[in-house]
Amino acid sequence: MTNARKQVFHRGIAAPLLQPNIDTDAIIPSREIRRVSKEGLGDALFSGWRYRSAESREPEPGFILNQAQYREASILLAGDNFGCGSSREHAVWALKDFGVKVILAPSFGGIFFNNCALNGILAIELEEEAIARLARWVQADPGGNRLEIDLAAQRIRWREGKEMRFDIEPARRSLLLEGLDSIAATLRRESAIRVFEEQDRQSRPWVYEFPDR
Amino acid sequence: MPATLLEKLWNLHEIADLGGRDSLIHIDRIFLHERTGSIALRGLEQEGRNVRAPRRAFCTMDHIVDTRPGRGDISLVPHGREFIEATRHSARNAGIHLFDIDDSRQGIVHVVAAENGIVLPGMSAVCPDSHTCTLGALGALAWGIGSTEAEHALATSCLRASRPRSMRVNFVGTTTPGVTAKDMILHLIAGFGSRAGRGFAVEFAGPAIYDLNMDGRFTICNMAVEMGAFTGMIAPDEHTIAYVRDAPYAPRGPLAEQAEAHWRELHSDEGAEFDRELEVDCARIAPSVTWGTNPEQLVGINGVVPEPGAFDDPQQSLAARQAQAYMDLEPGTSMRSVRIDAAFIGSCTNNRLDDLRDAANHLRGRKVASWVQALCVPGSSAIKRQAEAEGLDEIFQAAGFEWREAGCSLCFHAGGESFGGRRVISSTNRNFQGRQGPGARTHLASPLTVAASACRGYISTAEDS
Repeated sequence: MTNARKQVFHRGIAAPLLQPNIDTDAIIPSREIRRVSKEGLGDALFSGWRYRSAESREPEPGFILNQAQYREASILLAGDNFGCGSSREHAVWALKDFGVKVILAPSFGGIFFNNCALNGILAIELEEEAIARLARWVQADPGGNRLEIDLAAQRIRWREGKEMRFDIEPARRSLLLEGLDSIAATLRRESAIRVFEEQDRQSRPWVYEFPDR
Repeated sequence: MPATLLEKLWNLHEIADLGGRDSLIHIDRIFLHERTGSIALRGLEQEGRNVRAPRRAFCTMDHIVDTRPGRGDISLVPHGREFIEATRHSARNAGIHLFDIDDSRQGIVHVVAAENGIVLPGMSAVCPDSHTCTLGALGALAWGIGSTEAEHALATSCLRASRPRSMRVNFVGTTTPGVTAKDMILHLIAGFGSRAGRGFAVEFAGPAIYDLNMDGRFTICNMAVEMGAFTGMIAPDEHTIAYVRDAPYAPRGPLAEQAEAHWRELHSDEGAEFDRELEVDCARIAPSVTWGTNPEQLVGINGVVPEPGAFDDPQQSLAARQAQAYMDLEPGTSMRSVRIDAAFIGSCTNNRLDDLRDAANHLRGRKVASWVQALCVPGSSAIKRQAEAEGLDEIFQAAGFEWREAGCSLCFHAGGESFGGRRVISSTNRNFQGRQGPGARTHLASPLTVAASACRGYISTAEDS
């Protein structure tokens, strides 16, 4: 898990995408996954909504990320259950490649939520009402009304002098702040893993020894 | 202290407490497929890391591989061959088990992991695929992960995981004829919402669950993720033990006796406390079908498309309006008047032997409507062979269904075959916009409902045709 990147502080344009249950098929349709690669997927982000057709790549002017004032958005204000559905990490790689750094939603799909942290995207759970308040302010002047996300202080700063606090689990916070290599960290526990397996092998030998066809 | 099934499974695999709700969990089995497994294996190769326990890691071809008869490495999916070849190459290099396209054990990952006895009751198992929760039906702790977490599991035989909260759903009473496991789980999701399971491991219990055979239980657990759950699970009983006994990778002789004694302890104790308990009255479940673009947007087949304004929650009203625009359905439309263009029986939700038997029983002596394209895709090569031994393939084909090789097929559109622009009745798990092709309108239902609807050419119950 060396994909994590340090992320302490971010200031940027926020785009509201408030309908609930935006699934990973919508974030990146399966047909857009054309290579065994994590790179270059930003062009495919939301392709079913963003383009008039997948082939022509002609922008659909009604879609929010095609509108001039939101084209450089790096923060998404999302609806409930954002990123539900398929486990495809390509959804997170596409968001990251597009330039998304922070997503705020009332709740997230569980696998997507983990995938975000492992790739340096900060997913923040925030009440629907709070997100609606931020969305109203942002919409008044998308380019000017930029949000500031301070992970170290766990604060979202918006309208002059206004801020709100957000919660994040300590392990997720330090993964994002320190960009840890989780595999290396777990490998340092190899002796504990080995002891566990030796004991487990006594009580559940069939887990370790089985007919090998 | 009485313990829940979740607590027992978690404690069996906890190597270390990492603080908060986090634990280092031992992973007994890792399964991969060519869509997301290929990238995990390649990631490890690029970092110069090895698979720590290759004998406990498995890989199959299901997502991209063609299901048309006479298939090979060439898939209709653009660049599909790259995924197949990369997976084969990396799996061989890593020394893990590979069920390749021509292997007799090939099939959908969650189907073959169970039928081969690779995942057994009490085991922990992960796969970079959201429907890994299917295997919870064995009484295993099985959940879906991303590709990066798959790299971690392959390299260390462990995952850092946050202990989910516990939920029990009790299915009480008995179902009426024509109601299947698919209707039960869809009814639960519709009743409590597609976020009701968020953060929970959901244990499905109650007499109606234990009356189901294993194929029905897999259907129930498969859709735990569609209610947002970390995973689903069902305590093992004699059905479970009979199912895994004699499976190719299951223990034999005295080891089997020892294992079975252990498995019989894997249930929630009397008096165990859950963080949440729900109850479903089975008598209230009807054969059902979705009308929208999320599995919670469901109605009985004898019902009508609801008014968006009738939902209390404004978000749900908004979602209903958007879904109905996409689905091209007006409020008040009778579901039984909705004409379909295609019918699909397949996917890790509903393409096991009992599903195929259910559908074939209805199709015997009937024909698919002239305007409907109908497909049946068995879940594994083994299921396909068994179905053929029972003559089910002939029934499907005589009725006008295509009879395919095993795989995920049109459960989703990966760029090859497509239901684009058409209305489909489907035994799958997701009716998301564009899931089965650009503009495809998916109605989720049981295999029995799919068969009945295919014959009438309109959404139908088995009594209709």
